[in-house]
Amino acid sequence: MAANYTNPIVRWIDSRLPVFTMMRHEYYDYQMPRNCNYLWSFGAFAAITLMIMIVTGIFLAMNYTDNTLLAFTSVERIMRDVNYGWLLRYIHMNGASMFFIVVYIHVFRGLYYGSYKSPREILWMLGVVILILMMATAFMGYVLPWGQMSFWGATVITNLFSAFPIIGDPIVTLLWGGFSIDNPTLNRFFALHYLLPFLILGVVVLHVAALHIVGSNNPYGIDMKGPQDGLPFHPYFTIKDGFALVLFFLVYACFVFFAPNYLGHADNYIPANPLVTPSHIVPEWYFLPFYAMLRAVPSKLGGVLTMFSSLLVLFVLPWLDTSKIRSAKFRPIYKQFFWFLVAACLVLGYAGSQPAEGIWLVVARVGAVYYFFHFLILLPLLGKLERPLPLPTSISEPVLKGSGPVPAGAHAKPMEKA
Amino acid sequence: MRIVKSVILAAVLGLGLAAPVCAEEAEISLPHVEWPHDGIFGTFDRAAAQRGFQVYKEICSACHSLNLLYYRDLTALGFSDDEVKAIAAQYQVQDGPNDQGEMYDRPALPSDHFKRPFPNDKAARAANNGALPPDLSLIVKAREGGEDYVHAMLTGFEDPPVGVKLMDGMNYNKYFPGHQMGMPPILQPDLVTYADGTKATQDQMATDVATFLTWAAEPNLEERKRMGVKVVLFLLVFAGLMYAVKRQVWADAH
Repeated sequence: MAANYTNPIVRWIDSRLPVFTMMRHEYYDYQMPRNCNYLWSFGAFAAITLMIMIVTGIFLAMNYTDNTLLAFTSVERIMRDVNYGWLLRYIHMNGASMFFIVVYIHVFRGLYYGSYKSPREILWMLGVVILILMMATAFMGYVLPWGQMSFWGATVITNLFSAFPIIGDPIVTLLWGGFSIDNPTLNRFFALHYLLPFLILGVVVLHVAALHIVGSNNPYGIDMKGPQDGLPFHPYFTIKDGFALVLFFLVYACFVFFAPNYLGHADNYIPANPLVTPSHIVPEWYFLPFYAMLRAVPSKLGGVLTMFSSLLVLFVLPWLDTSKIRSAKFRPIYKQFFWFLVAACLVLGYAGSQPAEGIWLVVARVGAVYYFFHFLILLPLLGKLERPLPLPTSISEPVLKGSGPVPAGAHAKPMEKA
Repeated sequence: MRIVKSVILAAVLGLGLAAPVCAEEAEISLPHVEWPHDGIFGTFDRAAAQRGFQVYKEICSACHSLNLLYYRDLTALGFSDDEVKAIAAQYQVQDGPNDQGEMYDRPALPSDHFKRPFPNDKAARAANNGALPPDLSLIVKAREGGEDYVHAMLTGFEDPPVGVKLMDGMNYNKYFPGHQMGMPPILQPDLVTYADGTKATQDQMATDVATFLTWAAEPNLEERKRMGVKVVLFLLVFAGLMYAVKRQVWADAH
């Protein structure tokens, strides 16, 4: 393989450690189904956002102080006195929100096109692991500025673990590093907030490795049957993802530069005060659907189990969905229920932002029941009852319809056509 | 499919419309002021911010600290270095220990933090009927409604409605959550004399001090928006180029 490289240094390295061959294999020759739409760019957005978070986070950590007496002012020092500190912090702060937007769209894309089905079960489960790690990381990161919502959010969430019988209280004591949320809690959250992103990165590598073994799914949910169904990753998908990435950066930049605090909560600009409880404790927006489920159940343990189950159910999703057809394009009934699930999640999110009383408690309960109904009852039944539409015989057939057969040299020299 | 989508759209819109109606009962809608620093090209009204600093200095600073600010920061409002030195020198701050191991007072320098009115929170409470005047450095970012809230609250004092009984030493404010406020209606007309001849009405002082406090909470606002415009313009052009290249690369693939 190494002989392919004309540059002697590249050849020397590659024959000893074939990184160039590997990169060429994974990001150049890698065949993508030619019909993948822009929803397939969101995985790339997520990877780039992770990089942005790690880089900005490292520079923020250089200026942050993890001490309860200094944390809040050290963040404000970053905002005021560190060169471009405000930019770093706003990129990092809004980056968390962008990361979740992108990943939620990525997850729903997987749900719509059945990307979790055989042979992509492990790929999907690794994705769920990433999501859970992201949530832990985001939660701990939100505690670091040591504002009112940091402190009281941490109080609510860490106290959840006390719902478990016997092991509950020792877990909470371990999380706190003492008998209340205090300096040891902040120290360990900072350490873990620095550690977890690298674990996420590791799981992302596994996620991509698993993806490149089984290949990408596509809007038809059918397998590639030959070279006519695919296109090499480069230049076709590097340029497509690249263009989409610029659009994503546009949205991201609008938040960072024009509405940096829009997605946050005003109370977190008040220094943490253990003696004053905010009138209304709400988590960050990306936790709201889960927060709604937590509060929808009257018993504490029940609420905690419901909330965790809402994520754990995703692990067994590949076996809950009994339909052999992947894409919702060819599942007329599933397609409708998919949108009901999206609506249920949005409604749950809204209910989570409201006080847990009156109509919003009822809405949260209906939403939570529907969420589990979708995965536990509807999907197993639907696979048996639904009559899918006829699948296309191949990916290239409908895509290339009307434009005749593919010219033989089209793949080999894509750039020569001007 | 169409039907489902429209049902969902209707549900989401319905929620969106219903929500403010429900919220109205609990929350108070704040009158919006057209701020020169609003919008993507917004810049601070320097004259208003300087007047607002005067209001803070002569009125608010009797009770409210501004801990995160240094006197040197005031140069961003258009004060010259000498003016900032003169402003700082009006305050005595404690320094030390000196070579004899003693603390001593000296005039403040531009590199000093704004002097706080009380040595600690307990002293602040003791002097204010048990209420703690909050630090104002981040007040605009720490309240829902931001500068609109600060402006509304400062002009929102009125007699309590019939049937509302105020606790001892409290004042009724229609925009303050819970309406009972330890702070008295302090901004009375002509309480300050503006050097630029602007008439010091209550609304004028409230607007000026809200402008000043917005700058205090977000001193990088102008730089941030200026950079944002450049970044967005760059990304728009870049997106156009990327799209053109994408079309060309994909031309033979469709």
